[in-house]
Amino acid sequence: MSRTVLNCGYVPLIDSAPLIIARELGFAAEEGLDLNLVRQPSWSALRDMLALGHLDAAQMLSPMPVAMSLGLGGLPAKIDSLMGLSVNGTVFGVSQKLAGDLGPVPFGDPHALLRALAGRGRGPLRVGVPFPFSMHRLLLSYWTQSAPDLAVEVVTVPPPRMADAVADGHVGAFWVGEPWGSAIVGRGVGSILMAGRHVWGFAPEKVLAARHDWIADNPDPTRHLMRAVYQSARWLDIEKNKPLAVEILGRSEHLNLSQEVIEPALTGLLTLTQGGTPQRIDQFLMFHNHAASFPWRSQAAWIAARLGADAAGIERAKQCFRSDLYRANLGPIGADLPGASEKVEGAIAEKTAVASSRGQMILAPDAFFNGRMFDFSASSDQ
Amino acid sequence: MRKDLRILVVEADTAKAKNIIDALLEAGWSDVHAIAQVSGLEQSILKHAPDIVLIDMANPDRDTLEHIGVVSDTKSRAVAMFVDQTDQDLTQAALAAGVSAYVVDGLQMNRIKSVIETAIARFQMMRQMQSELEAAKQALEDRKTIDRAKGILMRRRDMSEDAAYKLLRKAAMDQGRKVIDVAQALVTASDLLT
Repeated sequence: MSRTVLNCGYVPLIDSAPLIIARELGFAAEEGLDLNLVRQPSWSALRDMLALGHLDAAQMLSPMPVAMSLGLGGLPAKIDSLMGLSVNGTVFGVSQKLAGDLGPVPFGDPHALLRALAGRGRGPLRVGVPFPFSMHRLLLSYWTQSAPDLAVEVVTVPPPRMADAVADGHVGAFWVGEPWGSAIVGRGVGSILMAGRHVWGFAPEKVLAARHDWIADNPDPTRHLMRAVYQSARWLDIEKNKPLAVEILGRSEHLNLSQEVIEPALTGLLTLTQGGTPQRIDQFLMFHNHAASFPWRSQAAWIAARLGADAAGIERAKQCFRSDLYRANLGPIGADLPGASEKVEGAIAEKTAVASSRGQMILAPDAFFNGRMFDFSASSDQ
Repeated sequence: MRKDLRILVVEADTAKAKNIIDALLEAGWSDVHAIAQVSGLEQSILKHAPDIVLIDMANPDRDTLEHIGVVSDTKSRAVAMFVDQTDQDLTQAALAAGVSAYVVDGLQMNRIKSVIETAIARFQMMRQMQSELEAAKQALEDRKTIDRAKGILMRRRDMSEDAAYKLLRKAAMDQGRKVIDVAQALVTASDLLT
């Protein structure tokens, strides 16, 4: 039987791993798919290719489908998130020069870091992010808005160029996904001061996206694709598989990078400053564990709220996170399904068992740095 | 039609940039500028105040342009050309040719149409030249590899050039691979063993 060819866009990053592994280790083939991974030079190019039908599916930054559902950005189109591809995995850091000005700041302490940055004086802080509709930018603005005297200027810098932008002083700080944070440290031009998870403990980072109409017209390929990616993500979160994952991702046809810059994100052992000892960061990047691939509608709501949506907009955003399809397509192959598709975001302080279809679901801490909680079912946040 | 639109081309490759500018000048636009990279694009936009920004779709700096247009509070609100799907054919043609246009200040589609068409034609020409060049380079590389593989077989198995090639071809057919892949494997293995 011939396999169904699916063209799937991606931007070469560590968190494209579920797609790359699905192809390379045969999870896609087992589902009867020929998963053709099409590398994209930018998020805007990927979005246009997906929206205009040149791609069937794509890896996207989690805020992209939400932004599109709200009519924000270059191309309004109905794009749904089928499932999460990754949770967390980003880092915030500053140039070597600014690190010197700040003096010692304890790692992973958003409050102390904010005080240090606000106290440094001298004009706005220019921060490089990969794309306007990225979790990086949303977390940055969420975090810095609690320091009104810190002026922040956000600039978009394609991640492969971030190290140059930091080196030549175009930006003083950066918020990027791996491997680009480790690449900046490796070049000795900047230091990592915290991970994205220090601002939000469980932030949806990349999602598997497709056009709403395409999903409706192609239920079988959709189901197969979701199952292949689900198996791939599960494989990726098994400790003993990590060395092989690092090797495959580094290959020239994928990330084309040395294993030293790929390893930190997958093992959660990051070197924060050149020559420093690697430090373990819990929950640095997750693909599968703790329901990482479940498209929580409350997460879509948080993103929409941060993008300035009203109640109707938040409702639309929730609908584009397809927890209904996740249940229908992955339940039969044994995925543990949570009792509800929304949760109070920020309410989990430590690992907590919750009601689920197989009774094995343990959710990981998802606290915000300021201890706030968001309950969108009550359509108000406290 | 008045040819008074101000056009900014973002292109790091100076030869390519010149090519596009020439095409636009030939087509009658006189107010055309080029910049190599978008770091500092905001300043360039303020300085040149372009009506349209043209950029290669393969250029990662597109995301920066997008940001300036979408998020910044500048008065010159750039909008991706692909927003205007009223002209599906043009949009698809631009996409296929790899040109992205950002329209600053919300011009009417009919005013930018000929600019885009000129750019599309030039991008297509460049793309074709580029792919022909790459194909030629690749063919040359492949030939060198196959020649090396043949040489290895001729030396080690004491066979004629013709027989060496036939053996490569047979191995490729038996394994369902391309001759170049088999040749490459042989060359790599031989390099490792000597």
